[in-house]
Amino acid sequence: MTFHLTQGTFSHLPPLTDDEIALQVQYCLDNNWPLNIEYTDDPHPRNTYWDMWGLPMFDIKDAKAIVFEINECRKAFGNYYIRVSAYDRTKGRQTIALSFIVNRPEHDPGFSLTRQESHDRVIRYTLRDYETDKPKGERYKS
Amino acid sequence: MATEVTSDEQRSRWASGVLPYAKMGYWNPDYEPKDTDILCAFRIVPQEGVEPVEAAAAVAGESSTATWTVVWTDRLTAYENYQAKAYKVVSVPGTDQHIAYIAYDIDLFEEGSIANLTSSIIGNVFGFKALKSLRLEDMRIPPHYIKTFQGPAHGIVMEREYLDKYGRPLLGATTKPKLGLSARNYGRVVYEALRGGLDFVKDDENINSQPFMRWRDRFLYCIEAVNKAVAETGEVKGHYMNVTAATMEDMYERAEFAKELGSVIIMIDLTVGYTAIQSMAKWARRNGLILHLHRAGHATYTRQKTHGVSFRVIGKWMRMAGVDHIHAGTVVGKLEGDPMITRGYYKTLIGKKYDADPSIGLFFEQDWASMPGVMPVASGGIHAGQAHQLLYYLGEDVVLQFGGGTIGHPDGIAAGATANRVAMQAMIQARNEGRDYMAEGPEILEKAAKWCRPLRNALEVWKDVSFNYASTDTPDALPTPSY
Repeated sequence: MTFHLTQGTFSHLPPLTDDEIALQVQYCLDNNWPLNIEYTDDPHPRNTYWDMWGLPMFDIKDAKAIVFEINECRKAFGNYYIRVSAYDRTKGRQTIALSFIVNRPEHDPGFSLTRQESHDRVIRYTLRDYETDKPKGERYKS
Repeated sequence: MATEVTSDEQRSRWASGVLPYAKMGYWNPDYEPKDTDILCAFRIVPQEGVEPVEAAAAVAGESSTATWTVVWTDRLTAYENYQAKAYKVVSVPGTDQHIAYIAYDIDLFEEGSIANLTSSIIGNVFGFKALKSLRLEDMRIPPHYIKTFQGPAHGIVMEREYLDKYGRPLLGATTKPKLGLSARNYGRVVYEALRGGLDFVKDDENINSQPFMRWRDRFLYCIEAVNKAVAETGEVKGHYMNVTAATMEDMYERAEFAKELGSVIIMIDLTVGYTAIQSMAKWARRNGLILHLHRAGHATYTRQKTHGVSFRVIGKWMRMAGVDHIHAGTVVGKLEGDPMITRGYYKTLIGKKYDADPSIGLFFEQDWASMPGVMPVASGGIHAGQAHQLLYYLGEDVVLQFGGGTIGHPDGIAAGATANRVAMQAMIQARNEGRDYMAEGPEILEKAAKWCRPLRNALEVWKDVSFNYASTDTPDALPTPSY
């Protein structure tokens, strides 16, 4: 069974087309949620801070312009994970409202699970991306 | 020495003997509630021959300072302050019921104590003979009092950031059968459901530490299942470890072990009691674990319209007490839940500041003064084929628990989990695209089922399953054009 990273709101659906991405982006813009684009070659579930593709696009209100930026990011980081996140600054919320993956490396071997036997049948688990042994920028290359 | 002149009226107020509560100051139709007052709405049915106003005054009296007879020691106190005041009684058309509105001064209550609040408000009065029945429908808790409570250990925003899950309902399942599985087999269910696409699996309320499976063994196998599923999906996942036990010491011991194993969440049952819940909420904030509350036992006092305490009040108390999750109804599932009443519960758990809204059963406005929301949990008889209805009625800040609807899938547990996850993501996608997903729901699911076989089989198995029974608890008011 090949590994499939299931982070993000739409990770169990087939990859969204650019038109479908534009519809989701429009939904975010209609809610006044600015969008940002991030990319990484370290998708560990606790790696919160992916690299930012520029600043959050607070002032871009055109879905097409945002899809254009997504494609620019894909050109530069085609073999990386890329996600688009929308931010809701409403008081009491002030967090991400929607976040979905728009690009994946061609092949991701996934994670290994290391078990360290500890006291009284307790096991310490460590999750490690097979690719993260390689330096940043050198991963997902076959 | 100057003597005070005492009027006849005053003399009779303090004469020994029994005086109607309404005459003792517990009925005051001119009273204007203060911003700091705690307000209650009670549904009362007086005994034959008891005036509604007297019944309301009796409730105010018995839930604050009064006893059955006049006592002179009242005169040693600023009793006007400590007496609760019934200030409005409204009859419910077509019934023998009345809604009594009662105001309590904030000084009557200990700061940050649900036990104290409830011992006053519902402590004595429900057994009162002059009433045929009584139900606490709603409370307005002023921000001054709200601020004395911790509130949810994490709240919805922190939970989402911690789990890295946004823009959709969280998906879970309760392990079935509820009782009898060994620890090893139990963990198998957890692993399959999580790897298939659920975010959470949950212990059931009555899974504690029985002879067939002791708590420590269960925790060890479940955390193995969780970590294995995380490795296979690259996504944060969890299992609600139920730490409910006979004593606080036992609960702390189990919670500490869950923490040591790296579990993201623990759970407790409502049956442990308000004080234990508050203790576990403090523990959960101190130790960084999400706290799930199963409302075990609540229907014994929340379900009947003329008796007990409405769940919207229990929900309010639990938000103050500090849980992160609470079961709050499904609308479409197997358990009681009128859609409008359930919407009111959800507003109580999530809302920040809102007005009274009789159409959803909210008798009062409420200002939560920045206290985070509690994530409602919908559990019991729901399945993938209802994805559009679940999203429509319950919104996206909710945990949808598909127990049978995952584990009962013909192709296995993981396939059941995938069906649920795909159904919900397809529905979120359609909603965000601006489609009328409630009307087009079945069509949206059919389309996803074309490429997703687990969903296709789930729709086939459960296509005709619904639980359409009349609700026992419904709002008094229906929206009208003038409302």
